Amino acid sequence: MLNLRLYMLQRLTALVMVPLVIGHLAMMIYAIQDGLTVGEILQRTQGSVAWFCFYGLFVVAVSVHGSIGFRVILHEWANLRGRALDLVTLATGIGLLILGSRAVWAVTFAELAS
Amino acid sequence: MTSKDDVLSVSVWRQTDDETGTFQQFDVPRQESQTVLDIVSYIQQNLDSTLTYRFACRVGMCGSCAMMVNGEPRWTCRTHVQKAAVDGKLQIAPLRNLPVIKDLVTDMDPFFDKWTKAEGVHHPSATRHDAIVPVDTTTAQRTIANEGIECINCAICYAACDTVSGNGDYLGPAALQRAWTLVNDERDGGHETVLDAVSQNDGCHNCHSMGSCTHYCPNELNPMKAIAGLKRETAKSWLKW
Repeated sequence: MLNLRLYMLQRLTALVMVPLVIGHLAMMIYAIQDGLTVGEILQRTQGSVAWFCFYGLFVVAVSVHGSIGFRVILHEWANLRGRALDLVTLATGIGLLILGSRAVWAVTFAELAS
Repeated sequence: MTSKDDVLSVSVWRQTDDETGTFQQFDVPRQESQTVLDIVSYIQQNLDSTLTYRFACRVGMCGSCAMMVNGEPRWTCRTHVQKAAVDGKLQIAPLRNLPVIKDLVTDMDPFFDKWTKAEGVHHPSATRHDAIVPVDTTTAQRTIANEGIECINCAICYAACDTVSGNGDYLGPAALQRAWTLVNDERDGGHETVLDAVSQNDGCHNCHSMGSCTHYCPNELNPMKAIAGLKRETAKSWLKW
């Protein structure tokens, strides 16, 4: 259910997420000190390659990490196994990737592209 | 005339068919230094001869008498009633995570099959024609190997493991500890084979490090540490790709 490859992928993505989570939380705390509007957020993120890379990487890491973790829970608690387990893992990963990518694109380059 | 303190109220698992069973109540006279195995033997010899259970050495060597005692896995021959009984009551059941054959006897096949699946077998590195190479017992690697060799295959760690409960195919603490011992045994010629075997779908990477195996091991071994060692070694080999 969890082989070496999935185990390593989950650990490595966790490693990637540690600085990203800290950066995200620190930025949130800093940014809302005097209140913040949607406009102000978009003003900072739109067209920013740095924020695109920051949250883009975050989304990829979350998609891999989360889907593998969800796979373990489904196997141990719902007794899902075999091909069904593989498909649900993949669907979860792709789902998270699509949802996350849409959000990142929306706050960085969507306005500029249209 | 016996008082309440002289009698122990014991409920023992009785298998009624392949799938289910029920607890049967027995009153057993208390004795000094009485073990849980003494209780089971008393019931079988004096109260109900159809009770089935398994034991051999009675001294904590053979690993065959493990059962669930008041919900916890224990070696019954070395467990004093005085320590295990709660409010003068004792509940005795077959080991968790293994199929029950009858009453207190479990089918140990899945447990031992996993030892083989984890490559917990000897992989010769020399032939009988080679000279015997002395083993240096003071090296760090030999010290690690020695930490696991007192395992008596009692399956208490296996019964205690919640990961085995959730994932019936998981190799379990005992088989993985055996694998780790072999990885650190210089006489074994199958280190790569063992690491490969424990890296498969139901291998060491499924361990959640909850530590029940180490907590309940009657020989005070540390399978959780052994599994952590396997995770470390396999991760290193993966990164070398």
